[in-house]
Amino acid sequence: MRTSETEMLAVEVWRGAATGTFQSFTVPRRQNQTVLDVVTEIQRDQDATLSYRFACRVGMCGSCAMVVNGRPRWTCRTRVSEAATPEGALRLEPLRNFTVVKDLAVDMVQFFDKWRDAHGHFEPAAQRPADFAVVPPATPARQAADAAIECIGCGVCYSACDVVAWDKDYLGPAALNRAWTLVNDVRDAGQDARLAAVAGDGGCQCCHTHMSCTSFCPKAIAPTYSIAGLKRALFWHMLKGGAR
Amino acid sequence: MTPVLFIAQRVSAMVLALAVAVHLATILYAIRGGLTAGEILARTHHNIGFFLFYAIFVVAVATHAPIGLRNIMREWTLWRGPVLDVVLAVFAVALLVLGMRAVIAVYVA
Repeated sequence: MRTSETEMLAVEVWRGAATGTFQSFTVPRRQNQTVLDVVTEIQRDQDATLSYRFACRVGMCGSCAMVVNGRPRWTCRTRVSEAATPEGALRLEPLRNFTVVKDLAVDMVQFFDKWRDAHGHFEPAAQRPADFAVVPPATPARQAADAAIECIGCGVCYSACDVVAWDKDYLGPAALNRAWTLVNDVRDAGQDARLAAVAGDGGCQCCHTHMSCTSFCPKAIAPTYSIAGLKRALFWHMLKGGAR
Repeated sequence: MTPVLFIAQRVSAMVLALAVAVHLATILYAIRGGLTAGEILARTHHNIGFFLFYAIFVVAVATHAPIGLRNIMREWTLWRGPVLDVVLAVFAVALLVLGMRAVIAVYVA
C-alpha cells in the first residue's frame, strides 16, 4: 500500500429503494482491494441486511455494477485505489435509470425487455441451411459484429446514458449495440423486423451522441458507433423501401 | 424519431448551415454603408435568385424546427403521441405559410 493512502475507507452506501438515505461505514483499506470487496466486507462483517448483487467476481457476469463516486462502474474489476477520493471516501449508489429493488440491487427487467424489443436475439431462417455458414473473420460485417459482441449486460451504459433518463421509451445503448451485432450477422433472417424495431421513436435516432456509454463501458465497447451503424443501415434500408 | 424525420432533420440542417451563413454575411455586407427599406426592396423586387434562396431557406426552417421541437418535447416533457405530432405539423405549416408569405411579399413588392 502506498503511504499516501489512508488506512481506513469512509464508505457511504445507499440504503432503501426509490427513497432512502446514505449509511456510513468504515472499512479497512487493503492491498489490491476492489470496490466489490468493500461491499462484501460491509455485508459480511458490519451489516448483513445490505443488499447487493454479484456472481462471478471476475468481470464476466455483469451483475455487480453500481455507481461509485458518481460514475457507473463494474465493481469487481474496479480497484479502490482508482475509484476512491484521495481522502479515502467512497459513495456507493445503485445504478441510475433502473428501479431500485433494495440498497444496491436494481431491477434489470426493463433493461432486458428492451433487448427483446430491439430484437437483440438471433432469428434463424425458416429453412435450415444445407451447410454451416462460412463467415470469414476479415469481412467488414464480421469485424463490426466482433467490435460490439463482448457486452456482458452489466447496465453501466444504460446507467450512464442521459437520453435513457429523459425518454423512457429509448431502447438504450446496450440493446441497440446488441441489435447492431445481429444486423451484421449474415446468418440472421430477421433483419427487416429488427431494423423496424430500432427505427421507432425509442430507437437509434434518439441517440444524442453524448458518448457516455462509450466512455463508461467497462468492456471498452463503443455503443455510440454501433448506434451510428444502425442509423446508416436504416438510411440505406429506407431508400430500399424499408422501415420509415 | 423515425428514419424519415431523422434524415429530414439532418438534410435541412445542412441547408440551414449554408443558408444562415449566407443570410448573415449578406446582411453584414449590405448594410455597411447604411441601407433603407426602399433600397432593399429595389434589390429584391423580381429577383429570382433572392426568391429561390429564401424559399429554400423557409422550407428548411419549416422542416427543421418542428422536428427539433418534437424531440425536445418528447425528452423534456411527458407530452408525446398523435396530438403532439398534429400540433407540430400545424406549426410546420404555419412556418411555411408565414415564411413564404414574407418571401413572396418582398419579391413582388
